[in-house]
Amino acid sequence: MMSGIISYGAYVPLRRLGPGTRGWNLPVEKAVANWDEDSLTMAVAAAEDCLKGIDRRKINGLYFASTTPPYREKLAATTAAWAADLSPEILTVDIGDSLRAGTIALRLACDSVAAGSANQILVTASDVRLGQPRSGYDFGLGDGAAAFLIGNTDLIATLEGTYSLADELLDVWRAERARYVRTWEDRFVYEEGYLKILPEAVQKFLAGYNLSVKDIDKVVFSAPDARRHREMVARLGLQPSQVQSPFFDKLGDTGCAFSLMLLVAALEESSPGQRILVASYGDGADVLLFRVTDRIREIPGRRGVRQHLASKMIMSSIDEYLAFREFAISDPEGPFGASASVIHRERDSIYRLYGVKCRTCGTVQYPPQRVCTRCQSKDNFESFRFADKKGRVFTYTLKYGADIPPFARPMVDTMVDFEGGGRAIFGMTDVDIRQIKIGMEVEMSFRTLGVGGGIHNYFWRCMPSRDSWLTGEVK
Amino acid sequence: MESIKDRVAIIGMGCTKFGENWGKSAEDMLVDAAYEAYQDAGIEPKDIQAVWFGSTRINTAEPCATALKFDYIPVTRVENLCATATEALRNACFGVASGVYDIVLAIGVEKLKDQGIGGLGTVTGAGGNGTLEWGVSAAMFFARMATRYMHHYGLTYDELKRTLAKISVKNHHNGSLNPRAHFQREITEEQAINAPMVAWPLGLYDACGVSDGAAAAILCRADLAKSFRDDYILIKGLGLAVGARQGYLQPEYDMVHMEETVRASRQAYAMAGIKDPFNEIDLAEVHDCFTITELVIMEDLGFAPRGKAPEYVSQGIFNLDGKLAVNPDGGLKSFGHPIGASGLRMIYEIYKQMQGKAGPRQRKNPRLGLTHNFGMNPGSGIGSVTILGQRD
Repeated sequence: MMSGIISYGAYVPLRRLGPGTRGWNLPVEKAVANWDEDSLTMAVAAAEDCLKGIDRRKINGLYFASTTPPYREKLAATTAAWAADLSPEILTVDIGDSLRAGTIALRLACDSVAAGSANQILVTASDVRLGQPRSGYDFGLGDGAAAFLIGNTDLIATLEGTYSLADELLDVWRAERARYVRTWEDRFVYEEGYLKILPEAVQKFLAGYNLSVKDIDKVVFSAPDARRHREMVARLGLQPSQVQSPFFDKLGDTGCAFSLMLLVAALEESSPGQRILVASYGDGADVLLFRVTDRIREIPGRRGVRQHLASKMIMSSIDEYLAFREFAISDPEGPFGASASVIHRERDSIYRLYGVKCRTCGTVQYPPQRVCTRCQSKDNFESFRFADKKGRVFTYTLKYGADIPPFARPMVDTMVDFEGGGRAIFGMTDVDIRQIKIGMEVEMSFRTLGVGGGIHNYFWRCMPSRDSWLTGEVK
Repeated sequence: MESIKDRVAIIGMGCTKFGENWGKSAEDMLVDAAYEAYQDAGIEPKDIQAVWFGSTRINTAEPCATALKFDYIPVTRVENLCATATEALRNACFGVASGVYDIVLAIGVEKLKDQGIGGLGTVTGAGGNGTLEWGVSAAMFFARMATRYMHHYGLTYDELKRTLAKISVKNHHNGSLNPRAHFQREITEEQAINAPMVAWPLGLYDACGVSDGAAAAILCRADLAKSFRDDYILIKGLGLAVGARQGYLQPEYDMVHMEETVRASRQAYAMAGIKDPFNEIDLAEVHDCFTITELVIMEDLGFAPRGKAPEYVSQGIFNLDGKLAVNPDGGLKSFGHPIGASGLRMIYEIYKQMQGKAGPRQRKNPRLGLTHNFGMNPGSGIGSVTILGQRD
């Protein structure tokens, strides 16, 4: 059975280290997750981008790929499915432990659909990988996510072939309990690994399908850095027009999400009939070949990679970035602890951001109530999802307090009135506090409020429309 | 429904020094406040027939009974956040008005300074439920109202801060005349305006302090009061209104008033027969937990038309020598807010003013006084209003 891509989406965090950032002396930018973001929240943001205008109840599975999931044991895919408002009657899978995790998830999703065991699978890939602080390796890493809806009808790109190669090699790894990625020495890593294995896989794939590299319109491949990316172009014998830009000057190496984000970027500029080859490396290599269909013209309004890269905030100091990452692993037992049983009981209102709409008087309310605030009808509500609604700031305050970490100060507290009804209190994220005013439009974003007692405390925050950060490049 | 008016009298009161009472436990302060009240009423501890005890941090009645060594009489612990002490008095009034008891004690205490932190603490870590942001503090609740008030009435930030500073300066001035106040120093408008920000637009001097304290009242049936003293005062009206998060659940709610205060005052005015509060009431002790709260309360109680409180404040109408003195004792701004004691501390000032014993703060022959508390936050609060009057 045929399989392929129905829709795509991506997410690049707003913040960048770049020229203008104190302590960052490189001429390029790298995207970094805010302190309230992790691989799971970025996956949800990419999924939201991917699923605009899509009926989420038809999706049969979520494959979550990451080498940096929030839990060692506990599925991120299930939490992401809740936040993305998918049906509970689906197969949720975490795929990790390799830079190939993204393409593995993509291939397994296509295989699931081709095998007839699912009609639609949502694939997300996201990573927040760390090198030793201030090391060249860390400077090369970026944070981001991609999402694809895989299915068998209404495809914007069909899968034409796959090839995978396993290769036993310790070149890049992270041991249990280690925070930072380690590598063996560069020359060994590239000569015996990346530069040898990826071309081998691509050649074997092409040979197997009786194709030549000239038959490919665009080649998307992962690379550890810009220099190796250039070397790979040469080894594969690609013309410049065939090469998808890897954005090493804007994004950084986003781990297992990297090749999938580049595939999103390639699809954004593709036209019907084009062949796009995806190749990713890590403990071997994966190759996938897609053919773009006429429906590519009909896919509307994704922020994708292009708009996300073009909307950004340059951070003031590298110390702030390092403080974010320290906060991410801090685990104050008391202050940030959330209750597992409460989260479970309220999981639809916390993770799906469901409020209620009174069936008697129509009043929209958050959080869900048993008795209507207006007409006092009891237990006569339908669910109302706030996560995809726009709102406006009704009032706000800026909290300056010693209990707020310096990098998060002032904390922005807002009362938001939503289009379609309803009012609720949210923290605001990804905002320049000088721009906050009553009446400003906001959208919702799934974030982490921190971790305590080993429990990640996920909830939604509001933020100015991401489009409000667009620089002249795309707008 | 019958009114409580003129059925219950206050015949004795006590109030500790409010402040950082490092050397006093909650029990010590209960003893100090209760024995001052016994002495003031000219009664013995054994004359007390029932007790209503207010505290938010002590969540049982037993520590009160133990501190004061009652002889197996009813002691009920009450709590209603910032209105806790007034709730002790309100429920004590009903015990007396019902005829079941002749002489009762209403007493409240809070020991906040044993917590090891400077503030009240914050609702943190989603409060265990994952739906609240961390670091949410009382200042933020009222700052939301301040931001909206500015927008709603078209005030600039500077205009708002100047108005709020005048409230702060007034209350600190009154507190400087009160030996029981925690803070007894005057401040300037410039100090208030330029103080460090707590929750924008509210700064340090827009917020009340955190203090320890206790206060107590002896109540009896009005017809018995004369046998204790001539200058007792009478309960004229009691109002209590508790919000149901209407301000958060209903987007029409304007966030520039506190409906609970409006409703509680309506109940109390109706009982007391007050038609024109601004002209009938001589002095008021209101819940200035933050300066913006006092500003909005002036409108909620009908002391100023909607949106006009800043003008009234500028004209000095609520000053100690103004037409309607508000917080003549210095308010929460000067006393801090030991939550379970504040309501009775306010009533203590009205009681002393009516007896002509308010020293340098004495108003000329006040006839009718009001106390007000507001708990929780604008949008969903607890409003409590008590009207007190001279005996006829």
